[in-house]
Order: sequence, then structure tokens, then C-alpha cells
Amino acid sequence: MFRFILSRLLYLVPTFIGITIIAFSFPRFLEGDPVLLMAGERGVSPERHAELSAQLGYDQPLVVQYFDFLGRLLHGDLGTSLVTKKPVLAEFLSLFPATVELGLVAILLAVLLGVPIGVIAAIKRGSWFDQLSMTGALVGFSMPIFWWGLLLIIFFSGYLGWTPVSGRISLMYFFPNVTGFMLIDSLISGQDGAFVSALRHLILPSIVLATIPLAVIARQTRSAMLEVMSEDYVRTARAKGMPRRRVIGVHALRNALIPVVTTIGLQIGVLLAGAILTETIFSWPGIGKWMIDSISRRDYPVVQSGLLLIAGVVMVVNLLVDLTYGLINPRIRHR
Amino acid sequence: MSDVSVKLSDAAIRRRQLSEFWFYFSRNKGAVVGLVIFLLMVLTALFADWIAPHNPTVQFRDALLVPPAWQEGGRPEFLLGTDPVGRDILSRLIKGSQYSLFIGIVVVSIALVGGVIIGLVAGFFGGWIDALIMRIMDVILAFPSLLLALVLVAVLGPGLTNAMIAIAIVYQPHFARLTRAAVMAEQRREYVSAARVAGAGNMRLMFLTILPNCVAPLIVQATLSFSSAVLDAAALGFLGMGAQPPAPEWGTMLAEAREFISRAWWVATFPGLAILIAVLAINLMGDGLRDALDPKLKRS
Repeated sequence: MFRFILSRLLYLVPTFIGITIIAFSFPRFLEGDPVLLMAGERGVSPERHAELSAQLGYDQPLVVQYFDFLGRLLHGDLGTSLVTKKPVLAEFLSLFPATVELGLVAILLAVLLGVPIGVIAAIKRGSWFDQLSMTGALVGFSMPIFWWGLLLIIFFSGYLGWTPVSGRISLMYFFPNVTGFMLIDSLISGQDGAFVSALRHLILPSIVLATIPLAVIARQTRSAMLEVMSEDYVRTARAKGMPRRRVIGVHALRNALIPVVTTIGLQIGVLLAGAILTETIFSWPGIGKWMIDSISRRDYPVVQSGLLLIAGVVMVVNLLVDLTYGLINPRIRHR
Repeated sequence: MSDVSVKLSDAAIRRRQLSEFWFYFSRNKGAVVGLVIFLLMVLTALFADWIAPHNPTVQFRDALLVPPAWQEGGRPEFLLGTDPVGRDILSRLIKGSQYSLFIGIVVVSIALVGGVIIGLVAGFFGGWIDALIMRIMDVILAFPSLLLALVLVAVLGPGLTNAMIAIAIVYQPHFARLTRAAVMAEQRREYVSAARVAGAGNMRLMFLTILPNCVAPLIVQATLSFSSAVLDAAALGFLGMGAQPPAPEWGTMLAEAREFISRAWWVATFPGLAILIAVLAINLMGDGLRDALDPKLKRS
């Protein structure tokens, strides 16, 4: 197992270097002088320009600049936002929990609904449930989620008035930020109704974000179950008179879940891409909205480091999925 | 004489392959429905200027936010209603189908050609070339696709062309990986060795001997990418980074409609519905293609 972990880690090194190169080169591909871009519309005197260039290291050769960038990166210095003047890392860390909270609830929703739907559809292959759920899954898979979000807002927030339109919690409540997770913090605060308010704010965004992963997981679970159910060991288990429930639950589902776990892992990238759209629609203060706002405000240090941090998160999550996979399926480990 | 008979049997084989393909494809009813909708969409796009009841950019100043014809206050000449500046929504949707098809075709072509060449080179030559290329592909895949596309558009400047280029770059590793895997599997086959012994050069081996035998998974991937491209381009349009107003691109229409959703449900509903139907139809087709082309699934 140790060798497996080590080989996976080594495998990540070139990818990580590539990610840093992309993030490093991003502002350099932009049209125009980066110093002038940062100075904004007021412009800058030639002396100040030279001073800023030297300060930012733009007068050095590219290779030196890159290693300088890497060095600062390894010390946790990811630059400062042009707009808020705050360190990018601090901004990221303050917004990241919001995205994680939304993402976790969404993936939980997707797994808790998707796996049972897939299993039932496979067991009752060809039934109305199978057909209905798989049609629904295909629709969900094809859904433009930014439109789906708008529809839900029109109906549930506008027409019925059941859910709030945007934000994480009603402005009535204020409590210290302990974990960064609104659901937990609101419980800790002990204020009446705070938790319910946080939950109500979370419902629509998490449904929107869960839609595509839910569809993918349901489809994948169904096809994995169908494949496993035709295996010899399932037939043997049935032939020796084992109850159907046990055959499906223990023999079939356990093996069918292996590809499903991979699918769930692969949804992390989908979730982060979905978070950009979902957070924009619902004004959810997470890193997706942060990136969009920064791109439109031309706040390039934030875009650069945000890109790096998000890719880093995806990489780490993929590593964890890989390791989990090795844990469930020993065959992978010894390859 | 013998020459003729060989040609005939070639055509016969092709006919049989085609009929076998249609047999498996048409067993999937959803796929046929998807195909029909897709063909209708192609026809709509081709004849958009004739079908559309109005000019999609003309603003009818006396008809701002008119509801659909069947609703109270609706007007028969504006079947699906009008948008905040009085443009006919149905006409804009019809014109928009051109954008979506065009986006899908361009993105898939760029990603397919680029990915296939890269994958062929990686799989065929192996060694450090392969390692280098695949690591670069890993890097591209490490970013959430929409985010990378957004940042690329930020670099290139907002607009439809740049959005398509960005999406194609983001999709291209999928084709490269597929091609590489197929090439590596095919390369060990005897027909490849036979061609090599017969003196075929690298180019001929790559493009004429090996590539035609790797086509099936690429077709399926191309279909899936087509629908994702339509979705992602609409998403970029929605975020203001794709096609720019007043272009009647469906995502851009949604973005323009956003602030009116509480007053006029139709401005936001129909463009999204159009995206959903187009993407769903292509995905249905993709499912059918996979069933028909993937021999592993065919047996089950």
C-alpha cells in the first residue's frame, strides 16, 4: 500500500508542475503590459513603472520569474487581490467553506438518491420505474443547470415563495464564523431559526448542483448492477438459495459500487464547474462566484492563484479517490 | 474481372455493416427519437431565415414583453411572446439553432482533429513523446473544464469564436486519450506488422492502417462532446463570456432575460428549453450510437 501511495504521489509531480506553468503564464498571455493592467486607467509614470516592474520581478528573465513564482508559492504567498488588496490565499480560505458546504450537500443528495435509483432500476429492468428514472436521468444529464436554477427560482421563490432567492442565510442572523459551514455555525450559535434559515437557503442551490452528478451516478449504478448481476458468483449465490435481498445487497451491490466510487470521484471536477454557475445564479459567496467576479473585474492575481488553488483541490481529491479505490479494490494496488 | 468482384464485395460489406449498424441503432427507440429531433434542428437551422416569422433582431416597440399567444394579453403574431426590447422570441430561437449547430460542429472538429493527431503520435511513437504529451493532457484535465474555458476566454477576449476555441482546447484531451488507447491496442495486431513489413511508412501506418480501426469510440465521444459543447457555449454565453448580445445565441438570450424572470417567465423559459431539447436529442443519439458501435455492450 505504501508503494502504491508513493507512486501516485510521484505521478502528480509533473501534473503539478504543469499546473503552475499554466497559472504562471496566464497573465503573460494577456494583451498589454501587466504593470499597466494593474495600474488601471489612471496610468503610471515611467519611473513608477520601472519601480513596479522591478518590484514584481518583471524585469527578470522568464525562468527566474517562474522560479521566483514557485518559491513564493511554496511559502504560501499567492499574491494580493487588485480590488480588495487582501491576500488571495486568505480570500480563498474564507470563501472555500461555502463552496465545500454546497458541494458536500449536493454530492450527498446525488449519492443518496442516485445509488438506490440505479439499483432499483437495474433489479426491475424494463419496468416503468426503470424507464421513467432513466429518462429522468438522461434529462438531468442534459440539463443546462443555469436555466434549471432560474426555473426553480421562478417557481419556488417567485411563485410559491417557499425558498429565498440568494445568499447563504437571512440577514437577520449574525453569529461568529467557527467552522465556515453555515449549517454547523448556525447550530452552534443557538439562535432560534438560524439553522432553518441556512437550510432553506441551501435547498435550491444544492438541488441545482446535484442534478448532473445525480443523473450520472444513477446511470452508472444501474449499468454496473446489470453487469454484476450476470456474473457467475451472483448466479451461484442465487442457486444455493440465498435470499434475493442478500444476493443483491451483499454480493451484487458491493461489487457494483467499485466503478460507482470512481464515478463519484470524477464528479468533483463537474461539481466545481457547476459551482461556478450555481453560485452565480444564487449569489452564493463561494469560490465559483469569486472566480467569475474576478474575471469580469480583471483582478488577475486572483484569477491566477484561484486557478492554481482549484486545480490543486481537484488534484488532491482525485488522489484521495485513487487511494480509496486502491483500498476497496486490491487488484489496482498490485498492478 | 477479379478487380470488379473485389470492389463489389467491398460495397456489399459496407452495406451490410451499415444495415447491421442501423439494426442495433434503431432497436433503441430513444436514439431514433433523438435522431429525428436532431434532423429537425438541422433543417430549422438551414432554413431559419425562411421559417422565422420575424427578423430576430427587429425590435417591435409597441410589443415589449408580450406574453405567449395562448396567454392573456398574448398576440397571435408573437407565438412565444417577445423579449424586453420587443423582439420575437420564436424567431430568435429559430435563428439561435444556427449558433448551436455551428458551435457544436466547430468545437468537435477542432477537438477531434487536434486530439486524434496528438493521440496518434503519442500512441504510435510511445516513449518520452508519449509521456510528455500525456502529462500535458493530464494538466488540462486537472482544471474543471468550464473554469479553464472561462480563463482562456478571459485571455483571448470574450466572443463566440474565442469561446469555441477555448472549449475545443478543453475537450481535446479526451480525444487524444481515446485515440492513444485505441492505437496502442491496435498496434500489436498482425495487420499492422504486415503493413510495416510491406514497407508502409509511419504516416501511412498511422493514418491509413491504424486510424480507421479506432473510429467507433471516437464517433461516440464526438457525439457526447457535441452536446457538451452546446451546453458549455450556452453557459459561457450566460456568463457573458460567449456570444455577445444582440446575437440570438440561447445562453446569451438567457443572460439577457435574467432580470425579467419574475415578471415574464417566458423570456427565461423558452431559450433554456431549446438548449435542453437540443442537448437531450444529441445525448439520446449518442446512447444509440454507443449501443450500435460498442461490440462489448452489443452482446449483453
